[in-house]
Amino acid sequence: MIITAEEWGVIALSLKVSCVAVAVCLPLAFGLAWLLARGRFPGRILLDALVHLPLVLPPVVTGWLLLLVFGNHGPAGRWFGEVLRVSFMFRWTGAALAAGVMALPLMVRAIRLSIEAVDRRLEEAAQTLGASRVRVFATITLPLALPGLLAGAVLGFARSLGEFGATITFVSNIPGETQTLPIAIYSALQMPGSEAAVTRLSLIAVALSLGALVVSEMLVHRAGYGRGRHVI
Amino acid sequence: MSFEIRIARQFGERTIAAEFASKGGLTALFGPSGAGKTSVLNMVAGLLRPDTGLIAVRGTVLFDASARIDVPARQRRAGYVFQDGRLFPHMRVRDNLVYGWKLAAPVDRWMDLDEAIHFLGIGHLLDRWPRTLSGGEAQRVAIGRALLSAPRFLLMDEPLASLDRARREDIMEVIERLRDELKLPILYVSHDRDEVERLATTIVPIG
Repeated sequence: MIITAEEWGVIALSLKVSCVAVAVCLPLAFGLAWLLARGRFPGRILLDALVHLPLVLPPVVTGWLLLLVFGNHGPAGRWFGEVLRVSFMFRWTGAALAAGVMALPLMVRAIRLSIEAVDRRLEEAAQTLGASRVRVFATITLPLALPGLLAGAVLGFARSLGEFGATITFVSNIPGETQTLPIAIYSALQMPGSEAAVTRLSLIAVALSLGALVVSEMLVHRAGYGRGRHVI
Repeated sequence: MSFEIRIARQFGERTIAAEFASKGGLTALFGPSGAGKTSVLNMVAGLLRPDTGLIAVRGTVLFDASARIDVPARQRRAGYVFQDGRLFPHMRVRDNLVYGWKLAAPVDRWMDLDEAIHFLGIGHLLDRWPRTLSGGEAQRVAIGRALLSAPRFLLMDEPLASLDRARREDIMEVIERLRDELKLPILYVSHDRDEVERLATTIVPIG
């Protein structure tokens, strides 16, 4: 199987988009998972629903909403442009944003499960031994939740690699800028005589996604709280 | 007074209350299961807040509802030995033992790792993971971890409950030595009459 330079470019772009999406989303996902697992505040159910919305919404709707909010004239888009000098329109950054939003619910779910599985009584024991809240978090809660955090990251990465609908709606299909793996496969399908390219790109997609899922399940099982609990 | 305690807390329909004062040695809270003994211990540790009352240990007020004093658990310097050990599963025995020791102010420490290992006979366990320990071994390590955190007093919640007869005798001797050699005030929870009669200096019925 010979992969062309153009296809390597697609793979590299996809990996870049997914890595950035996961890196930026992970702290946010952890914060949200923490709030949902431990927080007691009004509106928790609403927040839970909002986080999970991209999971159930048609991706094209998510893409259109991103366009409204993060487009150059959208409220968030304008702020990012003026303050951080980051533009999302027709850029790979927009593809990363779309991938991150779509991956967020899965990441939050995985991390939340692992936070809920941490035995609160161990945290109490650490308190009686003189640990402050920050230290309890850093030495007990975080290490015990770490497998779930890693699993969430891998799962989010796999989901980002596969992101299509919201991305193409939000940032279109621009080779070298926003044409990620699934969008490249879609484009190839439109062109007669490119079956071989479709096969190659699809096999790569299968291998990457399968690898990510296997790693994710292994991490959860190794944590020992895998009994009856799965990320997906 | 080692322990001066007068507390009450409402749990739904029922009230858990305790009132006692004791001098040194081992004070046993004795009563049937579900009488709220562990809740009393948790209130003394600072893990549970009483609705009203006063908690003072060795002359230091840890909680006083009327004066709005509530020292956080991490500053109470209680060496809490839990019924189920509660060793940190992601740390080896050595790291479990020194967890509280590292956090204690150097001037407050009165025992070092070597002394604790010698006192409890756990030198051969240092590199083991908690899940590989037997019940008796885990309880010794839990006691060691509590002693090394520079405690001013010990709280023990049925430390013999999960052990077989031979191990019970073993740990019982350790507790007698804690009481007699270290002169550390101990608040001890049990529902076993024999155990309490053998170990206790003062018996406080609960429930």
